[in-house]
Amino acid sequence: MSPEPVSDVPADDIVLSGTDLVKGFKGFYAVDGVSLQVRRGSIHALIGPNGAGKTTLFNLLTKFLTPTSGQIRFDGRDITGLKPAEVARLGVVRSFQISAVFDRLTVLQNLRVALQRKAGDGFRFWETENRMRRFDDEAEALMEEVGLEGFAHTPAAALPYGRKRALELASTLAVDPKVLLLDEPMAGMAHEDIDRIADLIRHVAQSRTVLMVEHNLSVVASLSDRITVLARGKVLAEGDYASVSQDPQVVGAYMGEGLHA
Amino acid sequence: MTDTSAPIGLTAARATPAAERDPKQLQRWIFVGLFLFLCAAPWFAYPIFVMKILCFALFASAFNLLFGYVGLLSFGHAAYFGMASYVAAYTAKFWPVTPEIAILLGTATATLMGLVFGAIAIRRQGIYFAMITLALAQLVYFFAIQTPKFTHGEDGLQGVPRGYLFGIFDLANDMTLYAMVLAIFMGGMLLIHRVIHSPFGQILQAIRDNEPRAISLGYRTQRYKLLGLVLSAGIAGLAGATKAIVFQVATLVDVHWSMSGEPILMTLVGGMGTIFGPMVGAAVIGVMQNYMQGLGSWLTVTQGLIFIFCVLAFRAGIVGTIGRLIRRDI
Repeated sequence: MSPEPVSDVPADDIVLSGTDLVKGFKGFYAVDGVSLQVRRGSIHALIGPNGAGKTTLFNLLTKFLTPTSGQIRFDGRDITGLKPAEVARLGVVRSFQISAVFDRLTVLQNLRVALQRKAGDGFRFWETENRMRRFDDEAEALMEEVGLEGFAHTPAAALPYGRKRALELASTLAVDPKVLLLDEPMAGMAHEDIDRIADLIRHVAQSRTVLMVEHNLSVVASLSDRITVLARGKVLAEGDYASVSQDPQVVGAYMGEGLHA
Repeated sequence: MTDTSAPIGLTAARATPAAERDPKQLQRWIFVGLFLFLCAAPWFAYPIFVMKILCFALFASAFNLLFGYVGLLSFGHAAYFGMASYVAAYTAKFWPVTPEIAILLGTATATLMGLVFGAIAIRRQGIYFAMITLALAQLVYFFAIQTPKFTHGEDGLQGVPRGYLFGIFDLANDMTLYAMVLAIFMGGMLLIHRVIHSPFGQILQAIRDNEPRAISLGYRTQRYKLLGLVLSAGIAGLAGATKAIVFQVATLVDVHWSMSGEPILMTLVGGMGTIFGPMVGAAVIGVMQNYMQGLGSWLTVTQGLIFIFCVLAFRAGIVGTIGRLIRRDI
């Protein structure tokens, strides 16, 4: 089966898209002519073997890397030339594979910093920290949502791994993104945490679009509306889980790993 | 949703009660104690010597604002300190201005330099930032050598009048001068304290901890870092300008690269990223330089050994180590 054509989707339905994206590093192409269209309100998964170019594609879509060629559009607007902070300000917000939190700040301070961003820039060096207390109710709600109650005053560095990921997700949600790009949100999590985060992703996707890289295929199967399979920097297959998992090329690429959730 | 009370990663970390207590409370009391101590200091120590330490303590604290809280190692803070010193000395000597105006002009010069140098250097990180700031500071040093009309070259500006504060208080009196320096020092330190605990300071520390994450939240991090550098440069300038009035001189020593090393040494000995570390470092180094002068050139060697010992044994510096022991930020 070849990648399913997506050109029949009305342009309005596409919130984020990449067209013919290429990213070359010295001597090889990490992403080699990838086109991807993410539909508004969907959960779109990006899977593929290690080194397939998933994270590089994430970096391109959020402009942490500049594509060698190709175009990126968000909400019909060309964002190929924007800086990463500007892309984030438009509402395309990413998480990182290695849990990215502000280590020396407490959980509450981490969330306050994220909420401050949504409220506007914070150049006021003459105001006291108390000014940030206006975010505390919202921060409290976010902590509850991801299961960080009681950790408000714990430095982020002291959190166990699973809770760090939860904090990262909470601060991503804090800036109220239109599109969330989650880079392996379940990596390194215990089983009961996976269910909880999966529920949370399903919940936040009701009003947003989610594009995620994930290795846990049972999560991918149960969560995603659409799956793109990457291998060696190219799109191998695209479709829903049923069709993608039957694709002989995909099965081949995953040799032995098996696609049976 | 599943049961939201289910714990994630059962293993570690309960919220520690010590962390719940507001660190600012303790810091406020230390500020009060520090102020009382410094009010009494001129009665048991030589006032000029205390004023020297206060100027360097403020200089080191300004450096630490950038190094400890923004994560940028500047190797060129002598440029701000020294040029502010020259401007304050020159205006106090040749212009009909009162000393506080001379100090303000010096501070303004350093602030402006911070803006210009920052615009050039702020895109770089780590060793590249250190190298560019060093190069810019060397530029200032050679400017000082090449403009003898302004700096009086090797002689420097000497015999700078202390003048009358606000045109009223005679600063020739050491105690009056001490009161002014103490006020400037406390004002500068409280400003640094406020910046660190402001919403802006929180964002700076977030950028220090993880810049890509701050960017991905939508922060234009370079603007924050630049403002951090401008504040740091301005306060370093305030220290330099005050020093020029206290010692009544401004010389090439103030802009020499070794002057950029002083706050680095003081900050690492006292504790980087702590409020009170740099001033403790300045006091330790200052006292050492004063009482070990008999060692001559061996003083530098002794200083180097103490520095190596501190870096190896107390990574966090004196105050940083104490802070860890009592589990508070100080």
